[in-house]
Amino acid sequence: MVKYFSNSTDIRSTWDHVVSAFWQRYPNPFSTHVLTEDVVYREVTADHRLLSRRLLTKTNRLPRWAERFFPSGMSRSVYIIEDSIVDPVTRSLTTYTWNLNHTTLMSVEERCVFQESGEQPASTQLKREAWISSSVYGFSRPIQEFGLARFKSNQVKAMKGLEYALSNLHGMYTAAAVKGEKCKGKGLLGPRPTS
Amino acid sequence: MNSVGEGCTDLKREYDQCFNRWFAEKFLKGDRSGDPCTETFRKYQHCVQKAIKEKDIPIDGVEFMGPNKDKPES
Repeated sequence: MVKYFSNSTDIRSTWDHVVSAFWQRYPNPFSTHVLTEDVVYREVTADHRLLSRRLLTKTNRLPRWAERFFPSGMSRSVYIIEDSIVDPVTRSLTTYTWNLNHTTLMSVEERCVFQESGEQPASTQLKREAWISSSVYGFSRPIQEFGLARFKSNQVKAMKGLEYALSNLHGMYTAAAVKGEKCKGKGLLGPRPTS
Repeated sequence: MNSVGEGCTDLKREYDQCFNRWFAEKFLKGDRSGDPCTETFRKYQHCVQKAIKEKDIPIDGVEFMGPNKDKPES
């Protein structure tokens, strides 16, 4: 049994800025749970797409009741792979992220597509989907529910982190374009996702 | 941001700086003239791949976007 989640949101920044910010979003004030970040593979294909793999380690914060499923001595960190394809021709960034370990306890897979919005040139649509499952005998349902709740809360942090990286980038571009003038970054995200 | 290999963080930062510049100024603009970051990437990878083996991180042989294959189109 797998829990499925999806939502769409509009980011009020150009696709170029969003994709650049995507590589620079760690660290940010909302990512204290992300311990390390490494690019472990990168390739530009013949058709000019950029393939990348990032390895992340994150802390694994569990509620008390779930700690019993963790034999002491087991590594507390979660290893996560994030594979991505940047296609500057179709103006899309597709990412696929999943955890490598602790998969019996919980497996979380997430697919994101950042697409340049055709209607408003200065915005980017993000469609996010997740599949959450647990194989712990007799407890898969509460664990999946917990997983989904934590996923939603992490996505709020992820968007805040991306917004933070975007305002840093905007600050750099604006400072270069408008010498000497201070420009405060305003909220760059569009309306809240409905889901 | 730190690398998973404690001694690799400086190499990682040097590579990241090179990549971010190349990405915004060349790649996104369709400029296909060489990649100025190959050397710094090589040094960084040498370090981080060693750390990955030492820590037994099970990343070897994991297919690119593997789990995406059994999912419906977005």
